[in-house]
Amino acid sequence: MFSRILKYLPFFSDAEVPYTVTARPDTGLYSAKLGIWLFLASEVMLFGGLFSAYIFLRIGAEPGYWPSGLLNVPVGTANTAVLIASSVTVVLAWAALKMRQLAKYKFYMAITILCGVLFLAVKLSYEWPAKFNHFGIFVRQSAASKYEEFLGNKHLSETGQAPRWEISGHLLDAPKGSPYAEQAHHNAEHFAHETHRHDAVTEADDDYVIQLDPVNADPDSKENDRPHFLPRPLSSKIAVIKAADVESASTFAPRHSTYFATYFLITGLHGLHVLGGVLVFLYLWLPIKGGTKLYQTNPEHLANRVEVAGLFWHFVDLVWIFVFPIFYLL
Amino acid sequence: MATTASSTAGSHVAGSHHEAHHGGHDDHHHHELNFLQKWVFSTDHKVIGCQYAFCGLVFLFLGFLMMLVMRWQLANPGVPVPVVGNFLRGAFGPVVMTDAGALTASGYNVFGAMHGTIMVFFGIVPLAVAGFGNIVVPLQVGAPDMCYPKLNMASFWSFFTSGVLMLASFFVPGSAAKSGWTAYPPLAGIADLPADSSVWLNGQTVWLVAMVFNITGSLLGSINFISTIIQLRAPGLTWMRLPFFVWAQFVTAFLLVLAFPPLEAASFMQLTDRVFGTSFFMPTGLVVGQALGQTWSGGGSPILWQHLFWFLAHPEVYVLILPAIGIVAEVVANNTRKPLYGYKAMVYAIFLLGFLSFIVWAHHMYMTGMGAKVAAFFQITTIMISVPSVILLTALLLSLWGGSIRFNAPMLFATAFLPMFGIGGLTGIPLAFNAVDLFLHDTYYVIGHFHYVVAPGTIFGLFAGVYYWYPKITGRKLSEFLGRIHFWGSLITINGIFFPMFIQGMAGVHRRWYDGGVTYEQLAGPVLHWNKFMTVSAGLLALFQLPFIWNFFSSFWLGEKVGRNPWNATTVEWDTPTPPPHGNFDKPVEVYRGPYEYSVPGAPVDFIPQTQRP
Amino acid sequence: MDHSHEAAHIAAHIGAYLKVGIGLLILTGVTVALSYVDFGSRANNIIVGMIVATFKASLVAAIFMHLKGEKMTIWKFLIFTGIFAAGLFFLTYLAHSDPISGTSHSSHS
Repeated sequence: MFSRILKYLPFFSDAEVPYTVTARPDTGLYSAKLGIWLFLASEVMLFGGLFSAYIFLRIGAEPGYWPSGLLNVPVGTANTAVLIASSVTVVLAWAALKMRQLAKYKFYMAITILCGVLFLAVKLSYEWPAKFNHFGIFVRQSAASKYEEFLGNKHLSETGQAPRWEISGHLLDAPKGSPYAEQAHHNAEHFAHETHRHDAVTEADDDYVIQLDPVNADPDSKENDRPHFLPRPLSSKIAVIKAADVESASTFAPRHSTYFATYFLITGLHGLHVLGGVLVFLYLWLPIKGGTKLYQTNPEHLANRVEVAGLFWHFVDLVWIFVFPIFYLL
Repeated sequence: MATTASSTAGSHVAGSHHEAHHGGHDDHHHHELNFLQKWVFSTDHKVIGCQYAFCGLVFLFLGFLMMLVMRWQLANPGVPVPVVGNFLRGAFGPVVMTDAGALTASGYNVFGAMHGTIMVFFGIVPLAVAGFGNIVVPLQVGAPDMCYPKLNMASFWSFFTSGVLMLASFFVPGSAAKSGWTAYPPLAGIADLPADSSVWLNGQTVWLVAMVFNITGSLLGSINFISTIIQLRAPGLTWMRLPFFVWAQFVTAFLLVLAFPPLEAASFMQLTDRVFGTSFFMPTGLVVGQALGQTWSGGGSPILWQHLFWFLAHPEVYVLILPAIGIVAEVVANNTRKPLYGYKAMVYAIFLLGFLSFIVWAHHMYMTGMGAKVAAFFQITTIMISVPSVILLTALLLSLWGGSIRFNAPMLFATAFLPMFGIGGLTGIPLAFNAVDLFLHDTYYVIGHFHYVVAPGTIFGLFAGVYYWYPKITGRKLSEFLGRIHFWGSLITINGIFFPMFIQGMAGVHRRWYDGGVTYEQLAGPVLHWNKFMTVSAGLLALFQLPFIWNFFSSFWLGEKVGRNPWNATTVEWDTPTPPPHGNFDKPVEVYRGPYEYSVPGAPVDFIPQTQRP
Repeated sequence: MDHSHEAAHIAAHIGAYLKVGIGLLILTGVTVALSYVDFGSRANNIIVGMIVATFKASLVAAIFMHLKGEKMTIWKFLIFTGIFAAGLFFLTYLAHSDPISGTSHSSHS
């Protein structure tokens, strides 16, 4: 039945093109290898364009508007390790195929796929949602002195550091009509439950109430002047900010700042590439005509396909090797 | 063993056929393909090439129609468009046309932006690169198909999707994109985003999504071209025996592969700016005169977009010209019955051109407030890039010298290309200097310059290609008589449209003004009368395309029937049956000599095909 | 191609793959650790981080992606890719850091 449907799909009307499996003598390449490297060259330019945008926006950012230390370093490090491991297993899978060891190939390929899935799961079920639950308010520079107890700009200017204009944490109350009202309500309930305090939600409906991050709870502390490996928990201190004093307010979503815009776009696009790689690996691992079944009739062809897919995967790993320190550490 | 040891395409076919059979792909090689497989979802490069070429011609036609409406407005500001005014009002709605059937200011911007986008990305590139490239390159290198046939098909459908989206964008609320084909933020970031409408379903957003599909298709197609040329050259076809058209497509493909991705990245960024409220390009402190359906934090840079856009768009203009130069080279060699003059120099020149094209982009940004160091860098590289261009043009001109020239339809267009491209190129030289750019930036001088290169330049080259290769694909020649009418009428009228633009530009007439400069009567008054002349020329140019359109379709049935090699040409594509079957060649291909062995002293005939055994 | 010869050739590389893999994991730890060391300025920290990242990337490219010993055809266009990517980075940065001066409005950066 499957083949009846496949007959109507366009895939089987190719002219016979040479050098799909064996190498062309003068170049020494089989065609797919050349093709994937050309594709990777274009990907270098794609991520290059994104990274050049990152550099441009970062050096152009006004002091105090490019945050750091907002991402979870242990989780990011673990995800990096997962991707590196998968890079090793995919090349071992290819080697196993070249040495005609089918069982080993299936084993290593399965691990590679699982690593890819794990990477995405961590990103989509923990990292990104954690950001969307965090809130940041950029205070108008003209009104910043009112919020000095949360910003600590005197200490920052004394120590030669960039000013701070943002108050961040969990949103407990938002102005009337804010799209974040539901999140605020949910957080306020949680807050009341945890601290047994009910001063989170104010009478006025033109202010934001934030359960503060440690950096805003005690802005003069020397602890804030250095990066931290382990994420620090929220304080139980709250701040009330009038809507009129707010320049921009949003969750740690792409719209929050050029930092998060670049973070989400680059890691999002990278994640799509991880997904694409996982799907291709799945296709090559399953016992279907273009996958493991191909081993029976043309193992070298399958090995080439795995090599080509592996090259793509290594490139994806390579991009992450730069993404991780740039966004998580520096 | 057969696949590696043998040296002929026939055995390759047999070998990989054997491989395929061995691989268990059972019966489909001898299966009659159904209509969908053969004509719609084909993986045959000739079918795909025709699909691209046909779409390209249709889009060129649509872009041309938009230009006609714009030219009417410029010559007769505010006057309803004759004959079709009410139809356009019905089709495009009140944003684009007034109730009386005249073009509105927004409508002028819509047509202007879409004319540019459609001509460049949906007209010329699909026709010149993907259309001619797909049809001719595998044949000229002696290959049975492109290197990745399935990928080729996928590329076409990605392009087709982008075309559908682009056309659909005319009919979303607010009509199509209207911020220029250059889509500069912050305007392009906020355009079409009124408070009460969708962030997805509006002209500029759909434009961005369509561009992503278009770029993806182009990228995948270029990978195919490069691989085909490197891997599938027939035995004996060394690099310096390649027809110049193949070299041109090779360099063009590299330009596309490496220059397009930053624009794709930038398109994603502008898309998230519009849809998710990011501020990649939205500066701090932007004030907009109405409530919009989006808010931004600021901190972005509009200049960043310009860098990423022009990083592509400059190599893109070489993508637009190189295939045409390639076609002209083929037609000139064939119709002068002489080898090309300076073939080797042309090959080195085209590589130098390709390389330099990546480091000149900011000459489109001289007015953005750049300092002396960076301006000097880009001025130097821009002047340098004129050298290989001149080498190419001079070599082609010198190729005419001493030839036995046959002025058939393809040759007329190819010959006219040379001075037209010359004017286009020469008028670009003043623009290389930022001091001159102070006066000429955003004037009609620039429009005149680039249209000369693309319209009487590239498009004439493409017409030459159509007249030249139509017999190979259809088995019939286009009418010479209609071809001459098409040629002379187009040549005269197209100069009538674009030459006065230099006059207007130097007088300071600004581009993208919908009222034809009437508002600036004091500055530009003496030259505004040219608007009427240019519009009349445009109308006449339209009339002279009718013989071509009739010729193109009627010749399928009424054209003079031809055999394998109606032009007595030397290159490999003429050594196939007409039209070429699936797999292209009826015998193994082997190449014995260079591509332009015309009038070889002592030879019995004035041409020796590349595949002819010595 | 002699298959058994090729297989042995590849088996010899397995050790290298594993060593590089472990090396990369260690270097990841090093990257994280170094980011908490004060090298004087943020810019210096970035440079250190990028040097380590570049070294890691080179290992992936050379060993895992078999670029070491890859055919010239591939190297030829990769080199140009590198040049153009560098051009994009450098020239964009140059345009930002070299703004127009000497005009009546050029006092703000």
